[in-house]
Amino acid sequence: MWKYILNRLLISIPILLCVTFLVFVLLNVVPGDPVALMMKEKVSADVVARVRAQMHLDDPWIIRYFRFLWGLLHGDLGTSYKLQRSVTDLILQAFPRTMVLAFSAALVSWIVGIPAGILSAIRQYSVTDYFFMGFSLAGVSMPVFWSALLFQYVFALKLGWLPVAGFYGWRYVIMPAIVLGWSSAGLIARLTRSSLLDVMRNDYIRTARSKGARELAVITGHALKNALLPVVTIMAIQVASLLSGAVITESVFGIPGVGRVAVDAIKSRDMPLLQGSVLFATILVILGNLVADILYSLLDPRIRLEK
Amino acid sequence: MEKEKLLAHETLFADIIRAFKENKTALFGLIVVVILVVLAIFAPYVTPYDPYEIDLNNRFSKPSLNHWFGTDMFGRDLFTRVIYGARISLAIGLIPSLIAVSIGAILGVVSGYIGGRLGYWVMRMADVVMAFPSLLLAIVVMYTLGATLFNLFIALSVVGWAGAARVVRSQALSIREKEFIEAAKAIGVKDIKIMARHVFPNCLPSLMVLFTMNIPDAILSEASLSFLGVGAQPPTPSWGLLVSNGKEFLFSAPWVAILPGLAIFITVLAFNFIGDGLRDAIDPYLKG
Repeated sequence: MWKYILNRLLISIPILLCVTFLVFVLLNVVPGDPVALMMKEKVSADVVARVRAQMHLDDPWIIRYFRFLWGLLHGDLGTSYKLQRSVTDLILQAFPRTMVLAFSAALVSWIVGIPAGILSAIRQYSVTDYFFMGFSLAGVSMPVFWSALLFQYVFALKLGWLPVAGFYGWRYVIMPAIVLGWSSAGLIARLTRSSLLDVMRNDYIRTARSKGARELAVITGHALKNALLPVVTIMAIQVASLLSGAVITESVFGIPGVGRVAVDAIKSRDMPLLQGSVLFATILVILGNLVADILYSLLDPRIRLEK
Repeated sequence: MEKEKLLAHETLFADIIRAFKENKTALFGLIVVVILVVLAIFAPYVTPYDPYEIDLNNRFSKPSLNHWFGTDMFGRDLFTRVIYGARISLAIGLIPSLIAVSIGAILGVVSGYIGGRLGYWVMRMADVVMAFPSLLLAIVVMYTLGATLFNLFIALSVVGWAGAARVVRSQALSIREKEFIEAAKAIGVKDIKIMARHVFPNCLPSLMVLFTMNIPDAILSEASLSFLGVGAQPPTPSWGLLVSNGKEFLFSAPWVAILPGLAIFITVLAFNFIGDGLRDAIDPYLKG
């Protein structure tokens, strides 16, 4: 078991290194001059030279990469060009808000998605099945920014039940959590349904039925345990992707989280801040995948025995 | 007897088409997409307005017989802009998906069939790309290259190839072990020909599913990037941009943001219906 976990951890290291390299190359090397990218309007040559010197941009890029990597290992993601503050501090300050949003969205998606998937599978090809699968597909197909605006229009502007935007208490989380949760509830519901249908075809389910167990007992006692295995592992990946993918939801609902930091960084063309927030989000996704793999191997011994 | 059986079975693609035809939601999706394509192609004949024509006397007109979707903050006819925007969304849905799936197919077949070191490194590259949250990777690419439509094609292709490569590789790995490949090798067919003539065609069904599944993702990504301001730039009538422009006036003129968003939703839903239908039609073959 520990060998498997260690193996997975070791595999993540080169991926992490490649990710840092790719982000660095994309944002620092490819266009030639990050300073030109940062400046929207034309500035005088001496300003550019001063900024270049400040950011050590005249050093060879490989040295800059190792300096950046060294900083990263020490938790130093550089200094924001516009805000003149440590990028690490800015991200860590925003992260708890993103975490609140991501976990509440995940919770919404589990509470809605898992029962919807189970009901759909139990009553396959019934009205219930079509209803829940339609609901799931709608969630997957809706652009998040659009459903966010619809919710804002109906529940904040028309009905006045919830605040339009901001982040000053639990009431501010409800709408973004539902909007973001709905899109991933669709995925969870579809996965739960197909996984449960798959499990229900197994011999041990037939055995359970033939020994006279009631349908409910067969489902809860036998089928669900195995059917939810892939769902549980997807949950870990899902939380990580919600943490990194809340960019649009945060931006529409004015939640000052990590996604908002990234969007603001694009708007103000603040390269170190964009680089930091993208790296932070990507590392979260890699960690989420790692947790999912480990969780799967803990829950299903066949996985770790195969390796 | 044997001949009759063969005739009845026809080809794999005929079977797939028959199964697809029986799927009502998939057919519905197809009809929606065909209507959309027709509207996009014949846009100048469908609407009398120009998508860029500003009419400040006619700002924020409510949806009416003259302006089906109303007008925006510059008095431009919103239905016209949505129809012209369909050209962008369809192009964005189709072209990067085709590029991404083609790159994924070539790399997947090569790495699965030849394997070895090359296969290993292709897959590690795919791992790295897949480690990125796709929207953020697209944002970084757009930031670096600049916000133009052409760069959107590049960004979305960069994001999409890895998933396709992974699926195709696993298919190629299993096809490699089949007898007909061994037979081809035995009579001296070159590797490149085996890959092109035998491995690739056998991956086509799953490539079709991957391609259709990629389209709604690409459309949503373009809309999101344009919404965030790193995609299409004004005054291009990109759907994401239309919603983004309209959000400022959500209270006073909700149609400006809501109707273009509805167009995105219906289009993505239609492509998802087609993708699901195609997957269900092809699935028995993938399993077999």
